[in-house]
Amino acid sequence: MALNQVELGHTNELPGQDREAIVIPSRTKEMALKAGLGLTLILAMTFIALPVVSLFVKSPLDATLRSLYDPVVMDALKLSLMTSTLTTLTVVLMGTPIAYVNARFHYFGRDIADSLIDLPVIMPPAVAGIALLMAFGRMGILGHYLNAFGFGIAFTTLAVIIAQVFVSSPFYIRQAKTSFEDVDTAFEDAARTLGASRVYTFFHVILPIASNGLISGAIMAFARSLGEFGATIMFAGNFQGRTQTMPLAIYTAMQGDLNVSLCLAIILVIISFVVIALVKMLTRRVYKNVRD
Amino acid sequence: MLEIDVEKQLRDFKLEVKIEVAEGEILMLVGDNGCGKTTLLNLVAGLISPDSGRIALDGRPLYDSAFRISVAPEVRNIGYVFQSYALFPHMSVYDNVAFGLRTRKLSEQEIEFLVKDHLEAAGLWEIRRAKAGSISGGQKQRVALARALIIEPRLLLLDEPLSALDVRKQAAMRRDLREKIHSCGVPSIIVTHDLRDVACIGDRACLIEKGKIALSGEADDVIGWGAIANSDVIKPKDSTV
Repeated sequence: MALNQVELGHTNELPGQDREAIVIPSRTKEMALKAGLGLTLILAMTFIALPVVSLFVKSPLDATLRSLYDPVVMDALKLSLMTSTLTTLTVVLMGTPIAYVNARFHYFGRDIADSLIDLPVIMPPAVAGIALLMAFGRMGILGHYLNAFGFGIAFTTLAVIIAQVFVSSPFYIRQAKTSFEDVDTAFEDAARTLGASRVYTFFHVILPIASNGLISGAIMAFARSLGEFGATIMFAGNFQGRTQTMPLAIYTAMQGDLNVSLCLAIILVIISFVVIALVKMLTRRVYKNVRD
Repeated sequence: MLEIDVEKQLRDFKLEVKIEVAEGEILMLVGDNGCGKTTLLNLVAGLISPDSGRIALDGRPLYDSAFRISVAPEVRNIGYVFQSYALFPHMSVYDNVAFGLRTRKLSEQEIEFLVKDHLEAAGLWEIRRAKAGSISGGQKQRVALARALIIEPRLLLLDEPLSALDVRKQAAMRRDLREKIHSCGVPSIIVTHDLRDVACIGDRACLIEKGKIALSGEADDVIGWGAIANSDVIKPKDSTV
């Protein structure tokens, strides 16, 4: 672009015919650039949209609707919604204080704690599953002792929740930390001088100001736990009604009834769309709050 | 009476200040950006802690390093108007002003009576339901002042209370501010950059340079400081006022 401006600048000193000779190639370049960018955008959009659209096109509507009453679908749907809700509640209760402390206080080892929190995001799900098994499994470091008291975790619904908490907590904690960092410390200071304790200030000032960001983070964590597959199948197994969540049911049904698979996939896609819409709406409100 | 005698090591220099502010007196603190004015207000409010020294209000220590006393900011009963006003954006004008009364667990009836009184006096009753983020700069300043005054503070701290206003509003606000602060009859410290604020609002003024009091005197004398402050004459000889 700068090069074009330099070229155009020179044209002021050139006779009419020569000026045209230089200007036309620069316009052509600009148009070619725009066309190239447009094409890339269309290709990228098609690449993402095609599989999603195919899901709907290839699903016979009556068969998909019938599959809704299939026990596999109902069990998976109920279990997924129940575990994801409990996971989100756990992540919010556990993650909010952690996010606040990491946003507001400097302590020895904070960077290490931050990296540890982010680790499950980059960890392959299968690795997460086997790591959870080594920690909480029957022969795991902690699971060994729990098992001695007759409290087995692996291959139970609790294992599904633990696996989901492990993989989805970074999504909430990271977003919550950013939201807390965005809250001006002057609000906290003002509240303290007005007679509010730290706890009162947290619940009446900081939390409401950061709430949109926290909700957005919770929705992301919910979505991540709903789609969790690798760690769950490794750590919790694949038992209908107990540990078979929707992604696991899709995988299992693929080997038998494709319609059941498609029905579950469509439900997950619809939930994903709703999640994205909610997150976008809330993110816009977060930025508006920060601007104000 | 407010007595301050504190030291705090800042990044570039050491803040060493010893001042006293009498009942009903308005002390103006002037100085360049980063000279330690706002830090001094935060030390008095208890938002940050001095390295050593003593801060006492009406003879009772708020901070005393010798006796390891440090009263928490929420029980100091200090009215603080922040430079950005720090109005809670998620609350209405009414709730902002009522905040300090709710933390004191007053009944809703008492709160309504007091808030109405203060908002009407400040000409803000009509906009009581507006969100604090959506009102004008002048209104924000009046809300912040009402919020600080409603708790009947024993001390008032104002950090550049007029800086966010345009010049025309500043002139109108100066007299209003002086009257309101004087009506409280408590010691007050106001940080400002503007020598006109000093002359119009203050009773006494201190010039702070690199954490030390370089000059002090009656507010009316301050207009002459502009010329002196730029010369090499000023040396922080005595940091006691």
